Amino acid sequence: MIEISKFVVGLLILLGSLLSLLAAIGVVRLPDAYTRNHAASKSATLGVLSILLGLFLYYLLIDHVANARVLLGIVFVFITSPIAGHLIMRAAYNIGVPLWENSVQDDLQKARKRKKVDEQ
Amino acid sequence: MAFQLLLNFFLAYIWMFLSNDYSSLAFFKGYFFGALILFFLRRFFKQRFYLLNVMAVIKLFFLFCSELVKANIGVVKVVLSPKLSMQPAIFALETDLEKDWEITLLSNLITLTPGTLVIEVSEDNKTLYIHAMDIDDVEQAKLDIKNSFEKAIKEVSR
Repeated sequence: MIEISKFVVGLLILLGSLLSLLAAIGVVRLPDAYTRNHAASKSATLGVLSILLGLFLYYLLIDHVANARVLLGIVFVFITSPIAGHLIMRAAYNIGVPLWENSVQDDLQKARKRKKVDEQ
Repeated sequence: MAFQLLLNFFLAYIWMFLSNDYSSLAFFKGYFFGALILFFLRRFFKQRFYLLNVMAVIKLFFLFCSELVKANIGVVKVVLSPKLSMQPAIFALETDLEKDWEITLLSNLITLTPGTLVIEVSEDNKTLYIHAMDIDDVEQAKLDIKNSFEKAIKEVSR
């Protein structure tokens, strides 16, 4: 029983750190601010979540202590990180950071232009 | 929904007082019988039986988790592919959700779906502008996913 739980905990923590590494590689490798934000806000979230889950299971199964603060941490990261990603993305768009040149479509720009024409 | 939940708690306390037993087991027994009573009296409430809403919330939670895992697999595939051959784009999506919390929940779900991130919600709350990592193979599939999300959220707030 202890062996199986050690295996699961180790797997979760390894998976979490691997995902964080991949998020870092994505931030270095991808071409523009928006696609980098995709990598950072998704992979880093699940990485942190699985590391915290591994920690919680370690204390629960091996030390027999249920640490509720870790669970609350999981919930907070789960709720806040997509919103942080959205806000960074929106701020970048509003100060005019250009899209990557291979981008094919920009409906938001069209909508903004249409609105300006309507106002005049 | 909140009213029915409160009523169910109230019935559980009445059960505890009637049986003069103040343990948590008595509370759960009372809660169970209270839920039965509310189920049989469901036609007197304006909204439907509230445990159905609770089921919908649980379903939405599992949808959230599975989408999170899928999103990460998608991002890892893009990051580790030898050539950067994706085509990013910003597209508009019409939504028929109306309340603020529903739109917040929908955009959170979209942000966690494979390869999409919400950039802006228009001022009249009717259009979401979404940045997609790879437009050509997923646009149709994404619309399907979004229909399923919207349906799940509507199921919660019904």
